[in-house]
Amino acid sequence: MYIWENRMLKVENVNAYYGDLQALWGVSLHVDEGELVVLVGPNGAGKTTTLKVITGLLNFASGGVSFNGRDLDRMPAHKIVELGICLVPEGGRAFSGMSVLENLELGAFVSDARKVKDQTIQWVYEIFPRLAERKDQLAGTLSGGERQMLAIGRALMSKPKLLLLDEPSFGLAPILVQQMFNMIETINRQGVTVLLVEQNVRAALELAQRAYVIENGRMVGEGKGDDLLSFESIRSAYLG
Amino acid sequence: MIEVAVQNLVFGILLGALYGLAAVGIALVFGVTKFLNVAHGELLMFGGYASFWLFSLFDLDPFLSLPLVIGFLLLIGVVLYQLLFVRMVKLSEEDKIKNTMLIGFGLTLVLQNIALLLWTADDRGVTTSYSGQAFTILGVRFPYVRVAGLVISLICLISLQFFLRRTYTGKAIRATVEDWEAASLVGIDVKKVYLLSFLLGTALAGVAGTLVMVSFSVEPAMGMHWTLKSLIVMVLGGVGNFVGTFVGGILLGVTESATAFFIPGGGNYRQVVGLVLFLLILIFKPQGLFGKKER
Ligand SMILES: Nc1ncnc2c1ncn2[C@@H]1O[C@H](COP(=O)(O)OP(=O)(O)OP(=O)(O)O)[C@@H](O)[C@H]1O
Ligand SMILES: [Mg+2]
Repeated sequence: MYIWENRMLKVENVNAYYGDLQALWGVSLHVDEGELVVLVGPNGAGKTTTLKVITGLLNFASGGVSFNGRDLDRMPAHKIVELGICLVPEGGRAFSGMSVLENLELGAFVSDARKVKDQTIQWVYEIFPRLAERKDQLAGTLSGGERQMLAIGRALMSKPKLLLLDEPSFGLAPILVQQMFNMIETINRQGVTVLLVEQNVRAALELAQRAYVIENGRMVGEGKGDDLLSFESIRSAYLG
Repeated sequence: MIEVAVQNLVFGILLGALYGLAAVGIALVFGVTKFLNVAHGELLMFGGYASFWLFSLFDLDPFLSLPLVIGFLLLIGVVLYQLLFVRMVKLSEEDKIKNTMLIGFGLTLVLQNIALLLWTADDRGVTTSYSGQAFTILGVRFPYVRVAGLVISLICLISLQFFLRRTYTGKAIRATVEDWEAASLVGIDVKKVYLLSFLLGTALAGVAGTLVMVSFSVEPAMGMHWTLKSLIVMVLGGVGNFVGTFVGGILLGVTESATAFFIPGGGNYRQVVGLVLFLLILIFKPQGLFGKKER
């Protein structure tokens, strides 16, 4: 396929440490433009760490990360947002002392996004009508599901080319989980490339075009979403 | 009798506004950066001296020279930040507090000695045409200078609130107070926000210093006193809510005045009262009177 033209994110052989503790061992992955890629793995495998490396929250010791050909090594987190990568961190981390609207406005902090803020907010309200209803409510008083929507909405406000989601379904009731996945699919269909970290392995793999499996800081599998569902190790480890 | 009581209350409020203004500066810096700058009182002192100098050398009215004093303090702020505080940015919250306190104490000594060299240990103040003048309402005196101090403090507070609530940069500051990592993930340059907040704090110290100088006087050892009051007020009002901090300042001012009024010879206990209040708050409401509980 058209490998070189639309390779958006490239993570190559990354080793990363927390102090003396090595968390990632030669991790590689890539995401092409338009794709919805899933990264799965057990607790403590290094999923969040991988996202931190991509978004500049954690510097890596060796290896390389590039986005549309730009080297991201040592680039500060806010610059990476300007390039078009936006992370919805674990738990969403909406600004709880601020209103829904203020959170969304802050999402459009980078100058390119700020110029088209009013249109983007309408787009976000279309995807998450609930946020429009609650726009003057303090984020801290939202329900868990609403807060997660707000976190994703806030990220969309930056008009990301690549959206990174760290366990967006965590803590949601089963019925909401499916809704959340539908919304993520919608966002992807509207042209936003997505890298999704998930514990809901079956649902995530059904959704994804491609998937990676990480264990103990190492990539141990890669494949088409559906194919991975039949992978023996995945079956036994996550699907029971 | 009642007039004396009201007069006392008024003076308490007027003094408390200065406590409040000083405390808002230190609380703003602490809230955003977790830098505990115990040299805040010395910065305030430098603001006072700058204003004193502008008056005695160039005959500039202290209220008119306020922008120059602010400019001077911003300059000091940039130098101190780039020289010393910028190195603390990457540390953990706990290390930041500890290290900046040490830096602050060092600065305290240096700045005190600079003040001694430049201006000697004498009290310095200014006498303008309106010094000592007052208007009287129902027998209660309102000295012009002190009332101006209250008004300017309120203007600073309201402008700060407006800036934090209504502008993008202000919102970025609030976001950074809440969660600096999430702030960086929406594209906020957290380091810039730190510098900006530090400078805002220094500028506020400059304004407070000017007001203290025209209301009372300045001398090289005053800094510790004002740092202490600011810290008490910050704990009283809680961090992260600057209106609360300001009200905390007024409360401290009023409490001190009331002590002097109600307790015979209470003037001697003025200073103690703040510390007692400080302890009571720490024991019973550690998040401050107007602060929210930790989530
Ligand atoms: N701030 C940190 N300091 C030290 N070690 C950390 C830190 N954050 C994560 N680790 C360690 O790095 C490893 C990978 O953690 P990471 O958070 O990336 O896992 P994860 O795959 O996201 O897990 P989960 O599914 O539980 O979120 C774990 O062993 C974890 O203990
Ligand atoms: Mg994780």
